[in-house]
Amino acid sequence: MVFAVLYVVVIARQVPVSGAGNWRTTTFGSAFDDPGSFLRVVLDSLTFAGALFIVASGFALIFGLMRTVNMAHGSFYLLGGYIAYEVQQGMTGQGFSIASSEVNTWEWIVPMLVAAPCIAFVGLVTQQAFLRWTAGQELRQALITIAISVIIADQIIAHFPRNVSAGAQKFGGNAVDLTWPGWTDRLVDLHIAGVQYSLARLVMLAFGVAVGVGLWLWLYKTKTGMVIRAGVDDQRMTSALGINIQRTFTIAFVVGSALAAVGAVVWASQSNIASGQDGQWLLNSLVVVIVGGMGSIFGAVAGALLYAFVLDFSGSYLPLAGADCCTQYSPIFSFILIALVLAFRPQGLFGRGGG
Amino acid sequence: MRPLAWTPKQKLERSIALGALVLVAVWPVVGLSTYWSHQILIQTFLFGIAAASLIFLSAYGGMVSLAQTAMFGIAGVIIGNLATKGGPGGTSKGLHLGWDPTVALVIAVVMTTAIGLVLGMVAARSTGIYFLMITLTFSVIVTYTLGQVTKISGFSGIGGINEYTPGWIGDLPAHPNRLYYLALGVAVVVYLLIRYIVRTPFGIALQGVRDEPVRMASLGYNVPLHRTLAFGFAAFIASLSGILYVWWSGQIAPGNVDLPETINLLIMAVIGGLLRIEGAWLGAFAFILIQNYVRDFQVPVLGMGGTLFGGSFNTVVGIIFLVIVLVSPGGLMGIWDRTLARRGRRDGTGPPDEPAVTIENLVKEGT
Repeated sequence: MVFAVLYVVVIARQVPVSGAGNWRTTTFGSAFDDPGSFLRVVLDSLTFAGALFIVASGFALIFGLMRTVNMAHGSFYLLGGYIAYEVQQGMTGQGFSIASSEVNTWEWIVPMLVAAPCIAFVGLVTQQAFLRWTAGQELRQALITIAISVIIADQIIAHFPRNVSAGAQKFGGNAVDLTWPGWTDRLVDLHIAGVQYSLARLVMLAFGVAVGVGLWLWLYKTKTGMVIRAGVDDQRMTSALGINIQRTFTIAFVVGSALAAVGAVVWASQSNIASGQDGQWLLNSLVVVIVGGMGSIFGAVAGALLYAFVLDFSGSYLPLAGADCCTQYSPIFSFILIALVLAFRPQGLFGRGGG
Repeated sequence: MRPLAWTPKQKLERSIALGALVLVAVWPVVGLSTYWSHQILIQTFLFGIAAASLIFLSAYGGMVSLAQTAMFGIAGVIIGNLATKGGPGGTSKGLHLGWDPTVALVIAVVMTTAIGLVLGMVAARSTGIYFLMITLTFSVIVTYTLGQVTKISGFSGIGGINEYTPGWIGDLPAHPNRLYYLALGVAVVVYLLIRYIVRTPFGIALQGVRDEPVRMASLGYNVPLHRTLAFGFAAFIASLSGILYVWWSGQIAPGNVDLPETINLLIMAVIGGLLRIEGAWLGAFAFILIQNYVRDFQVPVLGMGGTLFGGSFNTVVGIIFLVIVLVSPGGLMGIWDRTLARRGRRDGTGPPDEPAVTIENLVKEGT
């Protein structure tokens, strides 16, 4: 651990323009030599954690309250992203890839406002039709949601994307881009080490923080939130007090599903949306919840931050020897992160009981 | 065990199993469809072995593992790296160490089992749904690792492994029947081995750990150790399946162990039944039949999924999977058990009702 920090701060050297590297060469130099790049990686991690948090907090909300591992969360993410893409295409009428300057704020917000309720509805149907009467059978619920995710993933390939540029062949599940509104498409001068940073990514972070604060206010300052927190701690006692816990479950499941769609719109605007990412985002949500522990949004915050930092730093600061240029060992580091956390705190960093 | 001690149900099941075994054993000899023997049946045998490792963990250890496909792939990648030789025209990735295939085989099995023990150590601290999540994470991480570590695999994976088989097996592409019997033999041995293991003191203790971890711990049993060893044993079985697979298909790539494949293996196990080892091969057979004959089928209204391959195969499989989970969590074997029990009750000849065995009874909430 100490070595890793030392490595990033002092030892790392930038890849020489020509010639092979050695064990000290990374994409960027050390934080000491190249503070600008270091800051940029920190900001990348922070902003990615923002998007990660939005998606994973929905997963954690459902899991924490109902003990339902929603294996279809990644599929909800993907479906939400594609729906938002179609809406944005419909509004701008550009076809396939849209330049950021041609998208105004509404044309970004409305797709999100359409996609989130759509996915919330899918979540509602899933919960009412399949999960309500199997409550308490954790494994069976996991299998049910796996089946639903298989069906959704295949149907996405069957039906999306609908809008492709003229003449392009239509391939089910092809990668498509959502586009940030034009005003975010510029670099902000941070006045630290001469770093210019993408405003869009900062907006992403702001979204993550806003969702976090919103969830916190909801869970800790409203009556529904109080009931949800009580349900997380003791479901039977809560319903024995005359509270309609089923209604609370439904609300939590619907909100959790909608968050998957919100996260999809945010991250797909930065990156893209493509068939197959459902597994990746299911993994992301799982790691965040396993590392952070469930039962509190602080767990999701901590999990998202740790996971994002590990991913981005191992991606940027691992040695790149010449012939080995394209090898990325970052997945191994996510495993080490999980193993370390589970070894010392099997219930996750902020987890309560369970484990 | 004397035949007379068998219950009527056991007698019936064993006659059916023996009949099926004789049928598949003489299949290539009497010259029935080679498409069936070289595609459907052989895949049933080898995926059944991997599914059996999953069912072993769930039925006797109370742990539903999604890491079995990863173990399967790790064994395949190791033997691919060790046994193949690079050469002119060799486009596949890998280290191409060109070792003796028998040595490579042993090392692949040993290394996979060792990796299984390490992963088991991490996962053994959790049970139930947490175990499922952690093993799923392993599986996805293994996929990404294989895809990104270009030295050992890369996204395109390793090809041509079936040209480097041990001398005692011979040239597999030229004699596919040898691989057929090899897979059949390994499947039978694995089945008997699991049946044996669960009767040993270790197997009995493992079932104790499954049902009452707290009591077993207070009796002095090392609960995480039993879970870890079971996970290692399952990795060993899955490695056999992975090696048979690379000899059959010749290649291994991250795409063979990714999330859809992981879920496919789970679907096989669930269709067969998570509570009985026999379900592994039944489930694999059902799945591969669907895979081969429903490919071009289009679900009315829902449209064609997977346009690249034609047919909405995954939608069909997903719906079948959903129905099985909703109707009979014990899978096809569960339906069979219940049908016999009902008939037995009606005739008054059957055994007294056995206690209801459900997945939820097996996967108790962790402590």
